[in-house]
Amino acid sequence: MAALTPENFERARAIVALYPKARSALIPLCHLAQSQDGWLTPEAMEDIAALVGVTPAEVRGTASFYDMLHTEPVGRHVIAVCTNIACMLGGAYELLEHAEEHLGIAVGQTTADGEFTIEEAECLAGCDTAPCVQVNHRFFGPLDAASFDALCERLRSGELGGDVPHHGTLCRVERAVGLLATEGERGGDER
Amino acid sequence: MTDTAREQVAPQTIQVTVDGTPVPAVPGELVIEVAERAGVYIPRFCYHPRMEPVGMCRMCLVEVSGPRGFSLQPACYVRVADGQEVRTSSPKAAKAQEGVLEFLLVNHPLDCPVCDKGGECPLQDQALSHGPGESRFVEEKRHWEKPIEIGPLIHLDRERCIQCARCTRFAAEVAGEALIDFAFRGAHIEVAPFPERPFSSYFSGNTVQICPVGALTAAPYRFRSRPWDLEQVETTCVTCSVGCRVAAQSSAGRLVRYLGIDSEPVNQSWLCDKGRFGYEAVHATNRVTRPLVRRAGELVEARWAEALREVAAGVRQSDQRFGPGGIAVLGGARLTNEDAYAWSKLAKSILRTDHVDAQLGDGLPAELVLGLPRATIDDAVHAKALIVLAPDLREELPVLYLRLRKAAATVPVIECSTVPTALSEVAHVRCGYLPGEAQRLAGALVGDGSIEEIPGADPAEIERARAVLSALSGEGSDAAVGDGVVIVLGRPSLAEDARSIAGAAALLQRALPGARFLSVLRRANVHGALDMGLAPGILPGRVGLEAGRQWFEAAWGELPSDRGRDARGILEAAASGELSMLILLGADPIADFPDAALARHALEQVDLLVAVATHRDASNELAHVVLPVAGADERFGSTTNLEGRVTRLAPKVVPPGVAWPAWSVAAELARTLGNDLGCSSIETLSREISRLAPAHRGIDLDQLSAPERRDGIVAPLAETPVTLLGRRDGTSPRPIDPMATPGIFSVEEQGAPLGAGTALPVGGSGRRASSPEGARPPLLALGGLEALGLGGGAPGRLDAYSFRLVLRRALYDHGTLVQASLSLRGLAGQAVLAANPHVLEQLGVQAGDPVRCKSERGAIEVPIAPDASLARNVVVLTANLDDGANALVDAGSPVTDVRLETLA
Repeated sequence: MAALTPENFERARAIVALYPKARSALIPLCHLAQSQDGWLTPEAMEDIAALVGVTPAEVRGTASFYDMLHTEPVGRHVIAVCTNIACMLGGAYELLEHAEEHLGIAVGQTTADGEFTIEEAECLAGCDTAPCVQVNHRFFGPLDAASFDALCERLRSGELGGDVPHHGTLCRVERAVGLLATEGERGGDER
Repeated sequence: MTDTAREQVAPQTIQVTVDGTPVPAVPGELVIEVAERAGVYIPRFCYHPRMEPVGMCRMCLVEVSGPRGFSLQPACYVRVADGQEVRTSSPKAAKAQEGVLEFLLVNHPLDCPVCDKGGECPLQDQALSHGPGESRFVEEKRHWEKPIEIGPLIHLDRERCIQCARCTRFAAEVAGEALIDFAFRGAHIEVAPFPERPFSSYFSGNTVQICPVGALTAAPYRFRSRPWDLEQVETTCVTCSVGCRVAAQSSAGRLVRYLGIDSEPVNQSWLCDKGRFGYEAVHATNRVTRPLVRRAGELVEARWAEALREVAAGVRQSDQRFGPGGIAVLGGARLTNEDAYAWSKLAKSILRTDHVDAQLGDGLPAELVLGLPRATIDDAVHAKALIVLAPDLREELPVLYLRLRKAAATVPVIECSTVPTALSEVAHVRCGYLPGEAQRLAGALVGDGSIEEIPGADPAEIERARAVLSALSGEGSDAAVGDGVVIVLGRPSLAEDARSIAGAAALLQRALPGARFLSVLRRANVHGALDMGLAPGILPGRVGLEAGRQWFEAAWGELPSDRGRDARGILEAAASGELSMLILLGADPIADFPDAALARHALEQVDLLVAVATHRDASNELAHVVLPVAGADERFGSTTNLEGRVTRLAPKVVPPGVAWPAWSVAAELARTLGNDLGCSSIETLSREISRLAPAHRGIDLDQLSAPERRDGIVAPLAETPVTLLGRRDGTSPRPIDPMATPGIFSVEEQGAPLGAGTALPVGGSGRRASSPEGARPPLLALGGLEALGLGGGAPGRLDAYSFRLVLRRALYDHGTLVQASLSLRGLAGQAVLAANPHVLEQLGVQAGDPVRCKSERGAIEVPIAPDASLARNVVVLTANLDDGANALVDAGSPVTDVRLETLA
């Protein structure tokens, strides 16, 4: 539970400065805040609201629209199980049921140790590996009950730490929306 | 832009065909608007004529012709084009509308029997008129916890919501504070405030009025009545001086609801929550229901005759001791115009005292308010530039704030205020100043005096303001300098003497002779009371005492020989034993006069204190005689808003006990004194005003009762006959939209034809036989300001250990009205002293710690709160919360400086 750290607050200001209109920075800032805490804390949303000149209700309204932004606490690993048609035919519902049983939580819940959150997802575009899951937006599949249990074990042990970063970690988003191109860091790109 | 210039911009017209009928239209109009003008009703939910279209609900799908033939388009979103054809009820359009309605009903709970909206519900009505009649949906509907409180006055039932976004758009677009927004998406979408941040806007009640289903309900009205059991009248809200038009609705003899009426020049259908829910005060337990007289130190119930005899005896005693100058009348700003006229006539012609003041030292000099050239709200929102020298309008006159806030998108606003206000956010320039420096700041704005070294002001901001003003005069027309500029004039801080503001107004008027003024005094009918002569040196109809003496003496008899005292003078005279009798007309000087100590002392000193009151309050606790009168929604009459617009009041419930209308108390008191006030009914009073009061010639209750005068009449009438109905932009009035203003009233009105404009006869032939001989006295004009001793009164230097006090007012206060309304009383905030965080640091205190705030007049203890928007040398207190802040103010001094001490 935290507002933006002073460091991230400065970074947020630099991001806001990239846009002609401050409110355009709303979603990049949501990613920034999520990278800090793994989810959007109310305090962080209030910070964002003040930074981009909207109300906290509008920040929450926007953030809650997107599945990749979380307005409730989540585990370190967010497991999204695809139940769209290709995966469904490949046994996605059985996989989802197994996942719930194995981790002892229902869809949308987080394990008591804060390791795992399960989500049900629409098509993840991994039909070739159906039934597939995403863990912190990294693909795994095809999975069955046994390989799912093994995956969980590897995630828990930190063995996949290099491939599956902590939930909310920016790396891809940074490339996509230019979070790196803030004032101080832009110099090198201008060649 | 002047009126004529606005009319000259005649837009080109195009032809559109709606269901086979050709209709002229203006490019840019929406299909739904054009159809409505042609008398074709297109079903809708999300469309609201006072907000930007979003095309969200899809209910208004119609067939619109285009290059590729007809296609289904949302009528609320598509703009008309020349030659376009629209089919609103073709089989294809009807099928689309049925389909949308079936979808909207998929998740709607159909709990109409227990829903407040049932019976006046647009969803019910349109399901009947445009729906398929049957549902094919057999699955489980979505379920939510119902209802949840999203704000102190508002409940939300998410199951009933059809996602039209009217409430969220209102909050963001109109009120300017998006405290609610849609959260989540698809079937899980819900309207939601942010956690721990309730929907506590001053305007939240409007969302209930515009909700097209029963999703949003108002706590005070929930389960109180069914629409078909409601009775209603159209009247004017008398909570503040904006004068919003409302429908007051009652059930079983009790008021249960107010709805805003779409009055184009005033409130445009919006209300503030204080006005909307303040009706509860009418039925409060602290109403005065019977005359009370003091016997052995206690107020006991008495008969009217006994109470009036007691007052008459006091009048005679005062006459013996002091002659006619021994009586004073304070207050009257909550009366109707007719009440105020009767009391003015009683005071000035029978009691022969000019010690009369409707304001309580918290307003502006009457000569200034009446003499300055006036602007209407429409003038202000269409001005070339707005100068706002006023308190926080959101706290004082909320609906005026809404109008000006919207105008700020197109009109440059120069705000001059002691501390930032809600309007600062949208103002183009905000010139801060240290209380007491208003006159110097005004001088600097118009290039009169240096812009350097005005305490509390930023020269760069003044420079920007001057640039805005000089850009206007640079247009090189022959119009007067300042033409099209509107100055909103009020008291930015009650702890700053009104003379400084009056001086500023005089400077601005001299430098910008073409400018007009909107005086933002707070109490409901204060402008009407001043118009009716409830002020020293003023006679009814905006006439000076000397200018009108001959005219009114011919009609009324002898008048007081000299100009009387104002509120401060009256209280000072009473405190020093120079007055024998004081009559309070609904006034509570102990709570409202900026110098509470003086007010209390004055009230205790007089021989006879008479209170003419609706509710018990701090001041009438001290009275010797309390006379009960009818209040809001209990009386006929008229009221005058801050523009000078006179509108008709209508009663909806009967006064409690034996309360009389205030005018008949005046008439009966005159009779008890062996005199005759010459008024036997409200109609005769109204006609007498129209006949005698120069500014009100031709305005009486008969005129105001005509349906086409629902927006009222701005006094004075022009000398030439005027068409009252036509709008200033030349368009016809907007037909009432039952969807914009749900409620039985508007549905009834929907079909009623609004007649063509009626010419009102005024001028030479308007005079009745019984008018006094001689020329009608001229209206007050500004010019005598210096002669009146206004202006001047420069404040002393602020020493390094002191802070200059800013005394503001809050909307929800500890005043009589809010505290008598069960739903509102809890909303009054806690009194705090706001100061720059640096001040807290210096004192070594934390937010919330109590501090002692001391002036030369008194001291109070109050928690301190940091506010980074404040300068380091000011502190802010709220006058009308229970902190006794008005005990600090010295009414005789230009400003009030205070020192802060920590409490060990």
